[in-house]
Parts: sequence; C-alpha cells; structure tokens
Amino acid sequence: MEPILLLAHTEADGTLAKPALEALGAALSLGGELNVGLVGAEVQPAANQISGAGAKRILGVAGEAFSQPRYATDAAAAEAICRAAGAGIVLAPSTSRWSRALPGVAYRLGGRVDTHSTGLELRNGAPAVTRWFYRQRMEAVLSREQRPWVVLLDPGCFAAWSGPAGTATVENVPVEAPPTRTTVTGVQAPKADEQTIRPDAKLLFVAGAGWTKKQADGAIHGREAETLILGFLRTTKSSLGGSKSLVDASGEGEAVLGFMTHLNQIGQTGSTPRHRKGLSTCCHGEEPHVVGWRFVNERRAINLDPNCGWARGKADVVYVADAFEVMRHVNQLLGA
Amino acid sequence: MNTPLQIVVCGSIVPDPLQTLEPVTGPNGPSLKNEMLLPAVLDPWAGHALFEAAHLAGKRSGSKVWLVSLGPKAKLQQVMMTVAQKVPFELVALDGPASGFSDSFETAAALAAAIEAIASLDRAKLLLFGGWESASRGTGSTLQMVGERLGIGEQFQGVDEITVRDDGSFTVLERIEGGRHQVSVCAAPPAVLGWATGNLPEPKNNPQVGMANMRTVMPALQRAKAAPISNTGLRFESVSLPKQQRETRIVKNMPVEEMAREIVAWIGEE
Ligand SMILES: Cc1cc2nc3c(=O)[nH]c(=O)nc-3n(C[C@H](O)[C@H](O)[C@H](O)COP(=O)(O)OP(=O)(O)OC[C@H]3O[C@@H](n4cnc5c(N)ncnc54)[C@H](O)[C@@H]3O)c2cc1C
Repeated sequence: MEPILLLAHTEADGTLAKPALEALGAALSLGGELNVGLVGAEVQPAANQISGAGAKRILGVAGEAFSQPRYATDAAAAEAICRAAGAGIVLAPSTSRWSRALPGVAYRLGGRVDTHSTGLELRNGAPAVTRWFYRQRMEAVLSREQRPWVVLLDPGCFAAWSGPAGTATVENVPVEAPPTRTTVTGVQAPKADEQTIRPDAKLLFVAGAGWTKKQADGAIHGREAETLILGFLRTTKSSLGGSKSLVDASGEGEAVLGFMTHLNQIGQTGSTPRHRKGLSTCCHGEEPHVVGWRFVNERRAINLDPNCGWARGKADVVYVADAFEVMRHVNQLLGA
Repeated sequence: MNTPLQIVVCGSIVPDPLQTLEPVTGPNGPSLKNEMLLPAVLDPWAGHALFEAAHLAGKRSGSKVWLVSLGPKAKLQQVMMTVAQKVPFELVALDGPASGFSDSFETAAALAAAIEAIASLDRAKLLLFGGWESASRGTGSTLQMVGERLGIGEQFQGVDEITVRDDGSFTVLERIEGGRHQVSVCAAPPAVLGWATGNLPEPKNNPQVGMANMRTVMPALQRAKAAPISNTGLRFESVSLPKQQRETRIVKNMPVEEMAREIVAWIGEE
C-alpha cells in the first residue's frame, strides 16, 4: 500500500470533529504509512488528540488566516501540506469546508479528486472507492492511476478512530496566506427554537405537501399541522425533512409551514441525510423524493393513499391513515 | 454606479429524474441503458444558477449571461428548446458526453477552454456560476477546477444567495453543516459560485425571450466543438443498482390509536 495523507481541519477549539476521526479510521483501515495534515487556527490540540493513531508525521498549517473556512486560504494550506507530505493518496472528510477547497487543490497538484465516497477498500494492493452516481441511483466502485488522488469521505460511513490523547509533535509547514478578497463575516443559523435540521438525530421526520392540502372536511389545517410537527420534533429531537412540493410552497409565500425551507428538502435536488430511521407523513414517496432516503435504514410512512410510492417497496411499513389523527395520538403518547 | 455584470453559467443536461435508470457497461466503461433516448432536463442546480444569473443581470443594464453547456449536441438542442424560453442568455455549446461517468477533471478542462474562447468576455469581471453538484456525477468538483484553470481564487459552494452592491462587492450565503449558512463578503469579482437552490422559482416560459435566444442558440449548436472525454486513468470496477424493493407491510383498518402506539414503540427501539 502506498503512503496515505489524511487531511483534516480543526474546529474552533483546535480539536477534530467526528467526520475527521472517521476519515482517520478509514485511512488506518487501508494499512500503509500514514501521515496527517492539520489546518486551522490551532492544530496542536488535534495532534494531541490523535497522537495514538500511529501517524509517521503530523504536518500542520496554523494561524489566524486559516481559522475561517475560505477557499483561497484553505486551498493554499492543503496544497502546501500535500506537497510537503508527497503522498499519493490523500483522504479527507466531506465537510463543507473541504468540499469547497480540495477539488481545486487536486487540480493544482496535477491529481484527481473523487467526492462523497461511501466505501474504501484495497483491491490488488490499491485503493478502490465506492460512490453513488445519478443522485444515489447507482453505486460504483472505481480506481484511478493518477496521483495524488484526493478522496473525500462522506460522514457516517466509516468507524471513527478512538484512542487516548497524548502529546504529539507537529511539523509546521510554512505557508504565506494568499491575498484574498473574501472575508467570512459569520454564520446564519435558524433561531434555536426553530432548529429543525439535526444531522445526528436517530429519526428523520419528513413532512409532505399533504399537510397543507385540503382535508376531508374541505378545509386546510396549516396551523394544526405546524403544531403537530413542531411538537413531535421538540419531544423526539428528530430532524425535519420536507418534500419539494412542500418546501416550494413555503418559499413562494404560501408560508403554511413557516419553519420549512429549501435546506429541509430531501431528494433529487435536496439532501440525502443519514439517519437510522425515517417517518414520512403526507408525502407521496415519488422516486425523485425517495432517492434522498438512500441512507435511511428503517422507513415507515403514513399516507391516506394505499397506492402511494411508499407502499410499492419503498418503505418497510405504510400506515394507511390520516396523518393528522395518527400524529395527534403519537404526540399524546409522547407527552408532546 | 451600477457596474454591469458578466456571468458565465456552466450547466448541462441530465436524465429526467422521473425516468428509471439502468447502468450498462461497454468497452468505453459504464453508461446508461438507452441513454440517448431518455428524456433530458437542464441539470437542476445549474438551472437555479442560470435563473439567479438572469435575475442579477436583469437588474443592471449592460450585463450579460452566457450558458456554457457540454453535452451531446442533439440532446442539448432538445433541452434548449425549453430552457431558451425561460431567461435571456447566449449559449456556448460543446459536443461531448453529459454522462455522470465522465471525469470532472477533463470536463473542467473543456469548459475552461470554451470560456477562455469567449471573445467579448472581460474575465476580470467574471462571475462564474454553476450548480454546486450535478445530478449525474454529483461530485461538486468541476467548478473549482474550471475556476483554477481561469485563475479565480475566490470560490463559494452551496450558494443560496448573493447580494451585489453598486461597487461590485457582494455578500454570499453558502450552505454549511446543520442547516446553517456561512456568510462571506467578497470585495470584487472574479469569483466562482456553485449554486444550491437559491431563492427563485423557475421562471415561466416567455416566447419572446425564446425567440431572441434561439437566434444565438441554433448557430451555437452548429458551431459546437467536439469535446470528447477520455476518462484517462479512471477505471470503473463495477456499477450496480441498489437492492431494489423492500417488503412493504401495508397497515389498513387498524385503529389510529394502535398505529400511534406501534410508531411510538418503533421510535423508541434501540
Ligand atoms: C427535476 C425534479 C427534481 C425533483 N426533486 C425533488 C426532490 O429533491 N425532493 C422531492 O421531494 N421531490 C422532488 N421532485 C418532485 C417529486 O417528483 C414530487 O412531485 C414531490 O416529491 C411530491 O411531493 P409530496 O409527496 O409532498 O406531494 P404530493 O405529491 O402532493 O403528495 C401529497 C401526499 O399527501 C397525502 N396526504 C394528503 N393528506 C393527507 C393526510 N391527512 N394524511 C396522510 N396523507 C395525506 C396524499 O395522499 C399524497 O400522497 C422533483 C421533480 C423533478 C421533476
């Protein structure tokens, strides 16, 4: 096995988050010489955190200029570390920060890049990468001759490395921060009581357009839909997903479910989150929606229509019922 | 002063998501079964980029939008019939594969060369747009490499919003983890913006826009240079469809209280 470079960026406190530890676990599983490259305002805490992982060298680019996720500075730091380490295989977690910066770095190094890898194994002594094509519709295993080969690993697919912290020596890689016209000014988060996207939640709760449609009594019950959904989310700490029809409606000012945005959308043109369980409500389960459920293992749906998409082999259980009624009882049982 | 904008949108076509897709493997690697017969649409996130570009350009006189598209000429033509009705742009077409299996590195090289060849483009003012990921390859890596080839070091991905000020500086909102946005200010173009959904609905068809666009679309398609993608050094070991169907248990005629109990018990299971 050829030498591997694991590239990670640190968090605000200088340590590594779970996606980085998962990428480290994946790197170690391939065997071969491991070097680690760290980027951030501070990198020593991260180096100490993984001092037991057996890396031959730990290279670091640290400083205020590298504290913020920003293309120009991140790419310069990653490029310098890759050149210093000289590794043929570069593994990194698919964070928003690395996804922005590393494809350009692969280009600068004359290498190639693959992203959203969900699996990594050795085949005939060389790494082979598993990833999905056509929005999770087909899965391929591929390998490349070019080096360096930069591979971004999706979170939640690899066992995270764990071990006791110690003290590690970091080799400082000198990088002059490149001139940039970009200033990161902050992060916009939904207000705490409206935080509906929880990537680490066990359950994904999906709301479809049915919640905002006329019901059996001929009326729309948007207010009750909101109360039922938010009550359930608050009690179960689930993550909220939506169908395209529903989030588009919210965006166009129909604003029936005020807390629903495009960020909640699951599917072809939305996200593909990872959760152990998923409960779909008032959503038809059409293919462009369901491709976003590829990484949701156990799936149940509540729909009035016994012929909805979920009933055709896309969910494990479909409850043919009024979701308003069922969720009212569910919330009662949960004390929501 | 309201500086005019020069926006190049990179965007190609993908199979209509309602189609069933099946991989087949030939001597040149994998492709889709009956790929040339599948109805195609403008790649959705690239579509959002195009609509956002047209919206920005529409607010500043003298601005211009190009759509640079690499795909099989005949399919591009079909899709352009609809896309051309939406917003004003000038097409730059490249005749090559729009397959998800073609490599982003080579695709980026072809796109960058096509952009460099646009004579009337002032690259110092360029805003390079595109979808942050395609619905075919889905790597989110092409635009960065186009940007690198054009020497653009200000890059943003997962963009949902851009606000351009009169002096040409702009604020960008990029999607980051946990349903949040990172806010950045960029002092001036050139810059690369890979768009997520943005904020605009799909524009309605406008036959007048369509007619104006078609005057340049057809010649652009006729001029389209061949852009073969060889996938040098890339080997697909396998391409397969996921395990198809689940055994769905359909629960009818059960009292809703009972359903609720079942669901609550299931949620609580470790
Ligand atoms: C290019 C493209 C990309 C797309 N991308 C996406 C995507 O990323 N994500 C996505 O979701 N869709 C996507 N779609 C759209 C997709 O094809 C569907 O149109 C959409 O998912 C439908 O949303 P829905 O099921 O919520 O709404 P509907 O189809 O309107 O279904 C509503 C459902 O609610 C049920 N219902 C109503 N009232 C109740 C009640 N009281 N109790 C229980 N059930 C009830 C109805 O039986 C019905 O099944 C895409 C389409 C295209 C063409």
